[in-house]
Amino acid sequence: MTGASSIRRAVFLFLAPALLPILVFFFLPAVAAFAISFTDFDIYSLGDFRNARFVGFKNYIQLFDDTLFWKAMKNTLYYVLVGGPLSVAVSLAAALLVNARLARFRGFFRTVYFAPVVTTLVAVAIVWRYMYHPRFGILNYALNFFGIDPVDWLGDPLWAMPAIILLSVWKGFGYNMIIFVAGLQSIPGELYEAARIDGAGWWQQFKRITLPMLAPTSVFIGIVTMINNFQLFAEPYVMTQGGPVHSTLSIVLLMYEQGFRWWNMGYSAAIAFVLFGIILVVSLAQSKLQKQSAL
Amino acid sequence: MSFARSRAVVCSLFLATLFLSACNSNGGGDVSVTFWAMGSEGENVKKLIPAFEQRNPGIRVKVQQIPWTAAHEKLLTAFAGNSMPDVCALGNTWIPEFAMLNSLEDLNPWLENSSLINKENYFPGIWETNVIDTSIFGIPWYVDTRLLYYRKDIFEKAGYSRPPRTWDEWYDVSVKIKKLAGNKEQYAILLPTNEWAPFVIAGLQSGSSLLREENRFGDFRGHEFTHSFEFLMKFYQENLAPVGITQVTNIYQGISEGFFAMYITGPWNIGEFRRRLPENLQDTWMTAPLPGPQGAQSGISLAGGSSLVLFRGSNHKAEAWKLIEYLSEAEQQLEFYAVTGDLPAVRDAWKDSALADNIYTRAFYEQLQRVVPTPKIPEWERIAMKVQQYAEAASARTMSVEGALTALDRDVDGILEKYRWMLDRRK
Amino acid sequence: MKKSLILGVMVMAAVLTLAPGIWMVSASLMPAGQASSLPPKLFPSQITFEHFVDLFTRLELARYLVNSLVLSISITAISLFLNSMAGYAFAKHRFAGRDRLFRLLVAEMIIPAQVTTLPLFLMLNKVGLINTYAGVLVASMATIYGIFLMRQFSLSIPDSLIEAARMDGASEFKIYWSVILPLSKPILVTLAIFTFMGAWNDFFWPLIVLTDDSMYTLPVALAILSGEHVQDTELMMAGSVLTVLPVLIIFIAMQKAYIEGIMIGSVKG
Repeated sequence: MTGASSIRRAVFLFLAPALLPILVFFFLPAVAAFAISFTDFDIYSLGDFRNARFVGFKNYIQLFDDTLFWKAMKNTLYYVLVGGPLSVAVSLAAALLVNARLARFRGFFRTVYFAPVVTTLVAVAIVWRYMYHPRFGILNYALNFFGIDPVDWLGDPLWAMPAIILLSVWKGFGYNMIIFVAGLQSIPGELYEAARIDGAGWWQQFKRITLPMLAPTSVFIGIVTMINNFQLFAEPYVMTQGGPVHSTLSIVLLMYEQGFRWWNMGYSAAIAFVLFGIILVVSLAQSKLQKQSAL
Repeated sequence: MSFARSRAVVCSLFLATLFLSACNSNGGGDVSVTFWAMGSEGENVKKLIPAFEQRNPGIRVKVQQIPWTAAHEKLLTAFAGNSMPDVCALGNTWIPEFAMLNSLEDLNPWLENSSLINKENYFPGIWETNVIDTSIFGIPWYVDTRLLYYRKDIFEKAGYSRPPRTWDEWYDVSVKIKKLAGNKEQYAILLPTNEWAPFVIAGLQSGSSLLREENRFGDFRGHEFTHSFEFLMKFYQENLAPVGITQVTNIYQGISEGFFAMYITGPWNIGEFRRRLPENLQDTWMTAPLPGPQGAQSGISLAGGSSLVLFRGSNHKAEAWKLIEYLSEAEQQLEFYAVTGDLPAVRDAWKDSALADNIYTRAFYEQLQRVVPTPKIPEWERIAMKVQQYAEAASARTMSVEGALTALDRDVDGILEKYRWMLDRRK
Repeated sequence: MKKSLILGVMVMAAVLTLAPGIWMVSASLMPAGQASSLPPKLFPSQITFEHFVDLFTRLELARYLVNSLVLSISITAISLFLNSMAGYAFAKHRFAGRDRLFRLLVAEMIIPAQVTTLPLFLMLNKVGLINTYAGVLVASMATIYGIFLMRQFSLSIPDSLIEAARMDGASEFKIYWSVILPLSKPILVTLAIFTFMGAWNDFFWPLIVLTDDSMYTLPVALAILSGEHVQDTELMMAGSVLTVLPVLIIFIAMQKAYIEGIMIGSVKG
């Protein structure tokens, strides 16, 4: 029959237009980046490719000796470990609210909480930069009502990262909220009814039913959030340029600066792959955890 | 239904291709010169352009603003993408890099035929930043250097009616200011360790060339640099300068409150001090040339600023050169100073009352007679970052002076490895 | 009692969530200088649209708006077409190595996009695509996430429908075009919004690829303007409103399909 071969051809025609660009514009560059990370491709090579040399693991070794890299690593971990859980917690709280039995106007509130997700980061970063202004910003003005002294949010190395975390939690919690809502809705209602008959209060129900039933969703959200958070870039790029005193310099920002600002492509590619390695290890560890919790 | 959908998809695809194939179109006849300028300079220089276009019918100037924060990557990606402008205002520390990339036009032949631009009209140290070997790659547009901003009233209380001229006086006034403060947490000078300039300046003043053997190796362990480094470290060790910068988040507030009485910074702060210091303190601050180890003449500073460069790939070099000449006229330089506050590079412009009568810019004029370039190699900014990094470590005493400078030399030698290889290869 | 407590909490959270947006709109309508006054003003003393006029006259923002629109629409149309075909093939066609290929594809999702930036730039440079819209477009003309989403959805389409069409002698493309696509409408809408928003909001890649300022997209132009106009708070707020507005309108108009799509995407397959 001609069917089989024509179907095979159709499959090829369906897949190739999408997979070819992914191969050429995503996969190949990734492989090339890996190769570049073992060279000293730099500004001299920009003028003439022959000025790039194979240097083995030199870039990677140099990284471990680079105080700026460790600073960026520390900042990124700060963002991942503080910003991530905070964002997930806020998302869960919002999901519980929106999904509460007694809640009204659910659709409306769901839309409102979700709205920041769709906004343009560059635009809201500019808005927040003014809100964070030490003198004229409305944030300090609001804090003043509670008797809190003005904070130089983006100018103080101590506060710049918290300021960025606050912005990204605000911008991102709606997304995970929706996924949590989906998870909550898949919990059978009978479980709660049974618990209520047993006289369990809200907290008891939450601890005994909601949390365990949400575990797979939580792990999923945890992994995705963590992967995303490791790639922190646009917020500090627009808000602080990594400052003050490198207090918001993230790994990807460092990679960008080394690569595109100073054109140390080899070094920059090495940073990218160290980051890739970390993300890989963390996601593997988390999915192991997920499998164990499922048992 | 499905027909309507397919038509919509086809339409948008068609729209997309149409749009992607659309190319830049230029109005016919006129020659268009593209001029890149950084930050607000880009917007301000636009005001000078209509007069130029009027004087040169047939030339249109297209000014494109490049944000400061993304300037370097914009230039490099444009170089890689072969979409350089005709003219650019380039920070003069970036000239070595773009000269190395062989992207800049040697201006010697153009200068020979120019009656408008003359080397003698410029500050020698500033002019020097544009010279590599015998080639001239840029014409200074505006200038920038670092000098001392200080509180006159605090100085007077400490017994100084004039700014210090020698290092000894500088140290002495600092000790006296610190004594005045008593137990209060106040300091004589702010030497923030997130700036490399003071450490490099002191080294240059002390006679160090920073690098040795044709810029092949770091020379920070050399006794000139060591001497200057130790001198500055004394300010931290004796609590004349605050260590770390977290305490000073706002320098304008800091100098207003007398948290420190001296700060080494550039001309842009004249405007900022005027704007941000309270009204009642406006009479108390002043600018002064930097003190030097052996008195005023050794009080050199950095030759900074921005130069107008012509790219080799330009198709309209003659017209672009006309633009450079126009922007180098004393009149245009003054006009540009008036709108931006950037100090003119052409010395004739300084005779105008706008600058001659300004008590704050006077010190800059004097300082600009004594400026020198930093090493003219592409790696300089990375080296400067290293200087800053080890100055921070030494000031916080996590490293000894000797340890810091040894590590600095080691790192700098590492950074320069490629440069050495390139030099050897060229031979 | 409990009901109103929950409502109270929800309202408060909503106010906090909306506050930046409200302030943005409010400040964009203030006379110049009023947003930087003490004490901070929450609402304009008198409403003015001068900043919006300024954006279109002096700063020529219309051009960037058009650039962004055309580019985002092109990316959306192309990627929707490519992703839906591939997603359908992965879900409904059997071929050797299919599952392995798909797993490999999904595994690639954890490669941070930034890893590829440098070589991709060099590559596009070699073929002369730097400073072209095609250069911006190629990076997102097909996405793994889009294929993934389409596959998850296509799995739910009954095989019998496809078989029936095949019996009727429909070509494979015809089946895709007139059976699968109409049935996939919900996910297509989701993916369209998703892609459009991603393209509209993208900043990093256009910033690098486009060197000529007349070609900038709105977010790139806005980021650059904000560097030069730090003092002009109200003007920048107007620019932000303009940038955010299109995506917000699309979201509000199609939020139901969009949110449902996210839920589909989050269910593991």
